[in-house]
Parts: sequence; C-alpha cells; structure tokens
Amino acid sequence: MPQFPDAVSNQNMTNWFLGSFDTHIPWWFILVVIKAVAAFAILVVLTLFNIWYERRVVSFMQMRIGPNRVGPQGLLQSLADGVKLALKEDIVPTNADKPVFWIAPLLSAIPAFLAIAVIPWGPAVSIFGHWTTLQLVDLPVGVLYVLAISSIGIYGIVLAGWSSGSTYPLLGALRSSAQMISYEVAMGLSFAGVFLYAGTMSPSGIVNAQQHGWYFYMLPLSAIIYIIAMVGETNRAPFDLPEAEGELVGGFHTEYSSLKFALFFLAEYINLVTVSALAVTMFFGGWRAPVPISLWSGANSGWYPMLWFMIKLLIFVFVFIWLRGTLPRLRYDQFMAFGWKVLIPVSVLWLLVVALFRQLRNAGDLDRAHAVPIGIGIAAVFLLLVVALEVRERNQIRRTPPPTVPDYEPLAGGFPVPPMPGQSAPAVPRRPQFARTAAAPAPALNGTTAEEASTR
Amino acid sequence: MDTYVPILALGLIAAAFAIFSVVIGSLTGPKRYNRAKLDSYECGIEPTPQPVGGGRFPVKYYLTAMLFIVFDIEIVFLYPWAVAFDALGWFGLAEMVLFVLTVLVAYAYVWRRGGLDWD
Amino acid sequence: MNVTTASVQFTGSAQSYLSPTGVEVAFILIGLVVLGSALLVVTVRNLVHAALWLVVCLGGIAGEYLLLGAELVAWVQILIYVGAIVVLLLFGLVLTRAPIGHTDELDVKHRAPAVVVAAGAAGVLVTVVVDAYRKVWLEPRAAVPLGTGAANGAALFKYWVLPFETLSVLLLAALVGAIVISRRGADGDSDEPESVGTD
Repeated sequence: MPQFPDAVSNQNMTNWFLGSFDTHIPWWFILVVIKAVAAFAILVVLTLFNIWYERRVVSFMQMRIGPNRVGPQGLLQSLADGVKLALKEDIVPTNADKPVFWIAPLLSAIPAFLAIAVIPWGPAVSIFGHWTTLQLVDLPVGVLYVLAISSIGIYGIVLAGWSSGSTYPLLGALRSSAQMISYEVAMGLSFAGVFLYAGTMSPSGIVNAQQHGWYFYMLPLSAIIYIIAMVGETNRAPFDLPEAEGELVGGFHTEYSSLKFALFFLAEYINLVTVSALAVTMFFGGWRAPVPISLWSGANSGWYPMLWFMIKLLIFVFVFIWLRGTLPRLRYDQFMAFGWKVLIPVSVLWLLVVALFRQLRNAGDLDRAHAVPIGIGIAAVFLLLVVALEVRERNQIRRTPPPTVPDYEPLAGGFPVPPMPGQSAPAVPRRPQFARTAAAPAPALNGTTAEEASTR
Repeated sequence: MDTYVPILALGLIAAAFAIFSVVIGSLTGPKRYNRAKLDSYECGIEPTPQPVGGGRFPVKYYLTAMLFIVFDIEIVFLYPWAVAFDALGWFGLAEMVLFVLTVLVAYAYVWRRGGLDWD
Repeated sequence: MNVTTASVQFTGSAQSYLSPTGVEVAFILIGLVVLGSALLVVTVRNLVHAALWLVVCLGGIAGEYLLLGAELVAWVQILIYVGAIVVLLLFGLVLTRAPIGHTDELDVKHRAPAVVVAAGAAGVLVTVVVDAYRKVWLEPRAAVPLGTGAANGAALFKYWVLPFETLSVLLLAALVGAIVISRRGADGDSDEPESVGTD
C-alpha cells in the first residue's frame, strides 16, 4: 500500500496544542470545518455555474444565445432562478403522503453532498501554516463509500414518486430507479479493474498509483464502460428517460414545486459533478497534471493540482452537455438491453481478462514484448464476439416474419379510425371536375364516382 | 471514529442547508388555496382515480432489482479480491473465475428466459 | 502495510477526539436507535413507512460496524442492505401500489406467540454472542487494520474459500427462484405481458 501524504501532516498536527490559537479548539478540527465548508461551497457554486454552463453551451450548439442578462454573461442566472423558486408556492398535493413527501428531497440532496467527501482535489498544501491534503477525508474504502452513499440517493427518487400519490411521478420513479440500479452494476464492475491495478480502494491511493500512467491507457474498456454508466446513472441525456417530457411530464418530481423541486435539481447537478470527479480520479490521473504540463516539476505540488482537477472536471461536464445537445433519447427497452446485455457481461469478462493479465505479469511469465500482441489478440476476440452477437441479433430480427396486419377498415366499430402501422388508407378519389381535366381514363373514374355517389 | 468527523461535519452542513431550504420554501411562497391545484397533475385533465390495489406494473422491475442485488453482492466480493489480488496469486484468480462463472450461469439463464427483455 | 496512517490521520496515535468510553457511549446510543427503529418497523401501520424505518435500522447497524473498526463491512452493509435489498422491498411495494395511509391487514392476529418467538430468538443470539466473546477484548482502534479491503480480501480468499464459493450457488438459486416466481402463470415463452398485482 502506498504511503499517504497524510503522514507528513500528522507530524505537524501533533503540534496543534502548542499552536498559535489561544482557544481549545484543536487545529485539525478548524481545518476540518474549513474543508467541509469549502467542499459544500464548491458544490453549490459549481451547481450554479454548471446550470449556466449547460444552458449557454446548449444554446450555442442550437444557434441561440442563452441566458445573458443577469450578471456578467448571465452568470447569476441560476441564482436568480433559485430566488424565483423560493418565491413560488410550495404545493403539497392532497393525495400525497405528507411526511415522506417532505423527506424525499432531503434524501436526494444530502447524500449527493456527502459523496464528494473522499475525492482528492489535490496533494498536501499549507493552510495557515498547517499541512493538509486537499481532500475532506481519506477513507481506505473510499470508492465503496461513494457507491454506497449514492445508492441512498435512489430513495429520494422512489419515495418522491410514491409519496406524490399520482401516476406520472410513480412511473417516472420506477423507471428512474430501475435505470440507476442497472447502471450502478456496470459502474461498480468497471472499478474493480482499477482496484486490481492500484491495490487499494482509497481514491488518494489510486491517484498516487497513476503517477506513471493514467488508468485510462491501461484499462481503456473499464474507462469507457464507466463513462457510459455514469451518464446512465445520473439520468442524463441520451439516457434521460425518467424525464421524458412527452411521456411522463417531469418524471418523479412532477408534483414538486418551490425549493423542494430545487433540491432535486441541485442533487442532480451535484451528482453530475461527483461522477465526473470520480471519472477523473479513477481513470484520468486525478489532480495530476496532463502530459505536456507534467514535464514542469512544480506542476504537481502546491495549489496547481486543484486547477488541473477543475479543468478535467469541467471537460467532463462539457462532455455531458455535448451529449445532451447532440444525441436523441433512447427507447426504454434499448436502454435496459444495452445496460444488461452489453455493459455488464462485457465488463465482467474484461475484468477476468485484466486479472489474468495481471497474474501473468506477477508470475513473471509475461513481459512487455509479449503483452502487447496478446493484448491485441484478446481485444480482437472481444471485438469479434461483440460483432457476432450483434449479427446474430440482426439475423433474428430479419428472420422473424413481419406481423400480419389486418386490412384497413375506415369505420371500425362505427367510428372513423386512422390506419394502424403497416396499414395504409386507400387513396381518396378525386372530385369529378378535377378528374375530368386531368387525364385520359376519365370515364372509368367517372364511373367509380358515380358508383360512390349512388351508395351515398 | 475520528476519520468520520469531517464527513459528519459536511453532512451536518448539507442537512442544515437542505432542511432550511425546504422550510423556507414553504414560508416565503404565496398560499392561495385552490382545490384543482392540489389535485394530482395529469396535464390538466381530471385525474384518474387511483385503482384500489389494482394498478398493475410489469414484474420486470422486480426482476431487475433482484438481478441488481445478485450483481451487487458479486461486486462487493470483487472489491476486496481485487485489492488483495497480488497476494493471492493463481489460487485467487481460480476462485474468482469459478464464482463469476456460477453467477454468469444464473445470468445466462435469466437472459434465456427473457428476463432481460423489455418491450 | 501502514493502513493505520490512513485511518487515524487527524490525531496522531495518542489523542482521540472520542475517548474509548466515547466510542462505547456512541455504540449504545446507536444500538438504542437500531432497537427503536426495529420496533417501529413491525408496529407502524403504513407499509412504506415501515420500509423506511428498516432503512434506519440497517443504517444504524452499519454505524455499529464502523464504531467497531470494520470499515469495509460497514459500507458493504449500506451498499447491499440499504442500497439494494430495501430498494427491492420498495419496488415490491410500489409495484403493487402500496396505498398511501394505513393498511389494516398489517395487524397480526397472533401477537403473543410472535412476541415469545422474538424474545426467544433474541435470547439465544445474545447468549451465544456473549458467551463466545466473553474473554475477548476488542480495541476498536486496533481493529481498523483488520477491517480494510486488503485484509478482508486476504482472509476471505485464503481461509474462507468454501463459504465464498457456496455463496455463488446461493445467488444462482435466488435468481432462478426470481425467474420462476415472476413467470408463474405466464406459461413458457408466451407473449402474455406478466404483471404483478394484488389479485
């Protein structure tokens, strides 16, 4: 297990009673409070920023301007929206289960804040002469903690849908939670490869282990699976089925208004930041500087790493927005099939391959010269497998006979009905005067119209 | 455990903020009573009465949650295994392959029986 | 392996913000919360509220694990029990449209035998645990290295191989059971949409 940078800070922290403050509050506690408030503030500010960022970027992608009135470049727009929401009526429907209706937004927002606690924003820095890492707390089981805490967030959604006592929220909640649990599996499986390489579950340990290469290069498939799963996990486009406006109004929070609604919104955007931060930490070197900058020796010390981290984070947020601006929404069955039939089996098999590789390296049977061709071979087999499955499925679709469609009946059951899929309405015969001027076979047409007229 | 003091601190701040906003939101807004407003929202039409215990949902959701539990348990075992992998050697790998294959048999069975099909 | 540096990072090794008795007090307080919420689970008349109290109960148990230094097990408890099993329960409730308000059928007719069985089970468990660990002293702080992922992984995959492999068969059986239950009524591969209902 790698030596954590905290060991440095421990020596300094034993001096806190001799320290400069004349209070009985120990220094480590002051630092804890500072860091907790900072983490909270960063999350809130990032949420306000990201909402504006999303609206502006999507606007530019759609040749619009987007919010640009409130504050410079419209930066304060989200804050103004928050104030507006606070001044709206707080509606609690008559059908609602009141206590649960109140608890649900809290259950959504509080875990969202908590999940960020273990993300390292930088290495040890000096705050008021006291060394501390830019990380709220370094748990040895940090990543498991993030998964566990974010699984509590599902309660907010299920309970919001159920307690509203209304149909659309219930349907939205079911979809949303089924979606989250499905993609949580793929997400969890993609992490196992990283733990295998890093030998630890602590996020700071994982960042340390990426000193000589990000895991994105070593475990590309894990990274890709995680990135797909994180979009599904946060219910974002193109996987934003719970909020499919055309089908479910607003999804699970249809009945919510005022600041209760704002809390759901806040939780959604904080989760966006959390999964992006986790992606950066697990696969993209965490706070480590990217390659050209990392040649400069001072790049990975002091406060600079926080800058690299933020830049990487905002790039991920941009990718989220880009996806939303580009891709259409998936159908529910496509979405679930993709999660369960592709992501999960692929990540399980990939993990076994990674483990085999690692063991061969550990046992000394494999050196770099052999590793590359074997890796390429395995990748090729993988690709073939995926292609074969896809071809098989397409063949199955082709082989299934088209459903037999009954003939179109314009007045089925005594009511005029539109044609069903596969049926087509007969061409409407033209009116006689047009038909006569049109072309040669006029008499025939006249005949039919006369016939029709007689039946009428 | 001292390690959790920061998490508790962050949790307290977050809880205070969330509870404060929920309470404030119910105080600052206007309150104009209107029976239709407090009804369930169904795009403006008269809300359908709740079926008394008769609402039927696809059982697929239940099956999904069940599959989720199984894979979650698998993940929970994969993590300590992955962390301790270098110390376990070939034996550890063989153990996990056996475990994963058994779960994959279950998974393949569910797939064959159409448990993963949504239509 | 210097796991301790990670977990006792703020105080060094000598001072502790919670004194050893502090840990014990916290343990007992959380224990009371667990007990109270467990009682509420079986007495509350609203199904979904009962499930929520179950969440509090299971979360409290995770807190107890944390106080005992079993970090991995504590978060696994949250992930599996709170994040998956009660979610499955809630799914079942929501799918059958658990009514908002009281459910009268929740009342148990045979209250006295139920209390006897519960008290008996609790008595047996408490006796066994107390008897087994009478001479063992667990220092929560010293137990932290034993509760990490690496330590658990090493122990589990070196010494507890058979239970681990047996578990996979249990999971297999659970999934097969779920399929059988969910497809009951709908025969084989017919295209009848299967649904759950209370009828």
